[in-house]
Amino acid sequence: MYRIGIDVGGTNTDAVIMQGDKILAGVKSATTSDVMSGVVDSLKKVLAETGVKNSTVSAVMIGTTHFTNAVVERRSLSLTAAVRLCLPAAQCLPPMVDWPDDIKQAVGGHYWMADGGNEFDGREISSLNDIQLTKIADEIDALGIDTVALCSVFSPVNDSMEKEAMAIMKKRLPKANFTLSSEIGRLGILERENAAIMNASLRKLSSHTVGAFGKALKSVGLSCPYYVTQNDGTLMSAKFVQEYPVLTFASGPTNSMRGASFLTGEKNAIVIDVGGTSTDVGALVNGFPRPASTSVDVGGVRTNFRMPDVYSIALGGGTIINPEDPISIGPRSVGYRIHEDGLLFGGDILTATDVAVGLGIADIGDPEPAKKLGSERLQIIKSKIDEMIVNAAERMRVSSDRIPVLAVGGGSILIPDTVGDLPVVKPNYFAVANAVGAAIGQISGEVDRIFSLTSISREEALETARKEATKKAIAAGAKPDSIEILDQEDVPLAYLPGNATRIRLKVVGDLNG
Amino acid sequence: MDKLFEVFDTDLDAIEIGAAILGTGGGGNPYIGKLRCRLQLQQGRRIKVIPIDELRDDALVVSLGGIGAPVVGVEKIEQGEECLRAVHALEDDLGCKVDALISSEIGGANSMEPMLTAAQAGIPVVDGDGMGRAFPEMQMCTWSIYGHRSTPSAMADEKGNIVIIKNTRNEVWVETLARANVVAMGAAAGIAMAPMKGSYVKKVAIRSTITQALSLGNSVLKAQRDNTDPIAAVLAHEDGRLLMTGKIIDLERHLKGGFAVGHIFIQGFGDFSGDKGQIDIQNEFLVFHRNNQVEICVPDLIVVLDVDTGLPITTEVLRYGQRIAVLALPCDDLLRTPEALKVVGPAAFGYPEVTFTPMPSSKNKEGKR
Repeated sequence: MYRIGIDVGGTNTDAVIMQGDKILAGVKSATTSDVMSGVVDSLKKVLAETGVKNSTVSAVMIGTTHFTNAVVERRSLSLTAAVRLCLPAAQCLPPMVDWPDDIKQAVGGHYWMADGGNEFDGREISSLNDIQLTKIADEIDALGIDTVALCSVFSPVNDSMEKEAMAIMKKRLPKANFTLSSEIGRLGILERENAAIMNASLRKLSSHTVGAFGKALKSVGLSCPYYVTQNDGTLMSAKFVQEYPVLTFASGPTNSMRGASFLTGEKNAIVIDVGGTSTDVGALVNGFPRPASTSVDVGGVRTNFRMPDVYSIALGGGTIINPEDPISIGPRSVGYRIHEDGLLFGGDILTATDVAVGLGIADIGDPEPAKKLGSERLQIIKSKIDEMIVNAAERMRVSSDRIPVLAVGGGSILIPDTVGDLPVVKPNYFAVANAVGAAIGQISGEVDRIFSLTSISREEALETARKEATKKAIAAGAKPDSIEILDQEDVPLAYLPGNATRIRLKVVGDLNG
Repeated sequence: MDKLFEVFDTDLDAIEIGAAILGTGGGGNPYIGKLRCRLQLQQGRRIKVIPIDELRDDALVVSLGGIGAPVVGVEKIEQGEECLRAVHALEDDLGCKVDALISSEIGGANSMEPMLTAAQAGIPVVDGDGMGRAFPEMQMCTWSIYGHRSTPSAMADEKGNIVIIKNTRNEVWVETLARANVVAMGAAAGIAMAPMKGSYVKKVAIRSTITQALSLGNSVLKAQRDNTDPIAAVLAHEDGRLLMTGKIIDLERHLKGGFAVGHIFIQGFGDFSGDKGQIDIQNEFLVFHRNNQVEICVPDLIVVLDVDTGLPITTEVLRYGQRIAVLALPCDDLLRTPEALKVVGPAAFGYPEVTFTPMPSSKNKEGKR
């Protein structure tokens, strides 16, 4: 059986076809504004190149920046009602208080605060108020809004209030779709609520997009299930991503790092992904991207997702270079216009790729125009480019161990043979590492809540968390015998006696079938 | 009181950064407090700050802050008037009006709470605090250290519950009762305590710490804007010393007596290549060791910053692999006296074998006092 991985990027839509651990082919097509025809195009290409029959493809995995871009560009977002269950607590800062005005407007900025919420130890702050919630539902209905984000205080510890409130409001809003914050976020109410509201506002777009992915697959004769990758390198079913589009945020860098790991067999490495305009540098720890530790903004909105820690610099294959003194490199790039503007393709702009070609490092287009600058000058420019890459890699390095640098992406010809004292590995299929990362996505299950260690030991609490996470992973489609712990962390809560501790634990497993 | 100055919206980002640096890893994140201050200002309230010397000797000043667990503070955020109700409850108990509020600790979230409450109450907040940094317990305020009682004190939660603590046997009892009470209140409450005369505040408060947090934060923001080294800016501003740049290579955290206790281990790089650092944590950063020798300890400040941005890293978000700069900043002279060291010196934190050697500081000798 075969699997297809697709990466829908800003410039290119890449596809790979894999049989077990073997890659049979990788192709690139231009991303189209409707997204779908680019997907259809790359699917057709990759199937034609390998002669694989559609009926033997068991799954398609899609990585996409579609939803991140919708938020960043403030387009296709639905009007959303934000309802916080908290009173009398948490009323000092209303929902969306720290959002930029333009995105607040794009989702309507409507919010309500109602009775409900729990204490850290599970007690109720106040009970749910049926009449109050019914009235809110009527007000939402009167505004013509049919998308609701519900967020209750301490819902990651106890999600029952969010569920009950949804049941009450659904009586008046039978057609509305609801996003519950407990299902997507961690402790930290503002960030979790932000994620829930963004998710709710993307639900219609995600229904449409996921439907369109389905149609694209069907139109090339694929009837297998398809999955979308999330920001930790794991997969979501088509149905799941319809409900939780926000979990696709930052899946692009994750896929490229996981793909690089797979292509080289390296589990601990620095990954440098050079595109046309920018270079993303990340670190692999045990085969997974190292997560960022601080809160991450998406389109100016603060979230607490587990995003990969990525350092980006303005250096890519199309980066514009001024060869005269003082030499300058970027930050502007000719981007996808390199095929018209680059010296090597007959244009009149010196790009980073021209420098590599002029020095004979890469063999694309015409090296002669660049050579006119003289090898000494080209060498000086190249050493400046190398320095930028070394500094970026050094920033992400986690130890003095000589771990390898994995060079991927279309512009990775710019990466020298060694980065500082680190050896560089350039795998086959380096240009489609993202699509490979999507194709090898795994299924996960996560637990993040506070345990009281008065009646159970820390080990028992971790075991409970592991079992819960495993159950979630199996429910999401993981093979039970392949499940292992990806990450676990326990943070004792200062000032709270009764040994309260916050446990975050995540397991992953291979996709069933 | 015409020498008052105001804190404006445009100052809040800087105070957030400065207060988090002075929090030495603890004290809670001031982000939420910053947003709350911003809303108050947008609603037309004003934050007025009174320099210590402008206080009347007979003014009634109350120490104020939120207490609870930082992780609860970011989840069950406040109703908004907890501290205000605590102040009013204390006024009721005392039978007179409070003239000004002062922060119990400038480090972390409690930098913002008194500014907010003062704006709500329409009274000024004093430019100073009881720690000049963050410490884990309330009796570590200078007012307690130098003999003032914290009682009567008033605690208020978001539900409207009020608890008055008074007639306690000693300061440790205040802390004990307040802790038990804050847990019952859902691990977050406002507390107004230690009603003091202006003349006493002038003697024992750590001075000008709102101004200090503001200008410290501004120096970091300026360095970021100018693309200069923010860590150098912090060191220059605070007369501090760079202890080490390095990566966190191991991290242990566990619970002991209700506190987050642990260690981080650092592998030096750059000028510190080959050095091994260790920081001991009890909510805040307590002790820094280089190659197994104690080099800096409480009450001097140990600060951990992101090596590139210069932004402070709190103990809750420490992570394996982080690239950090460790700085030592001199504490105020008021924390270096024998009386103070009994309460906030290394022995008070379980290091009887460590002797506090104050780091040299021109600031204390020439500047502030």
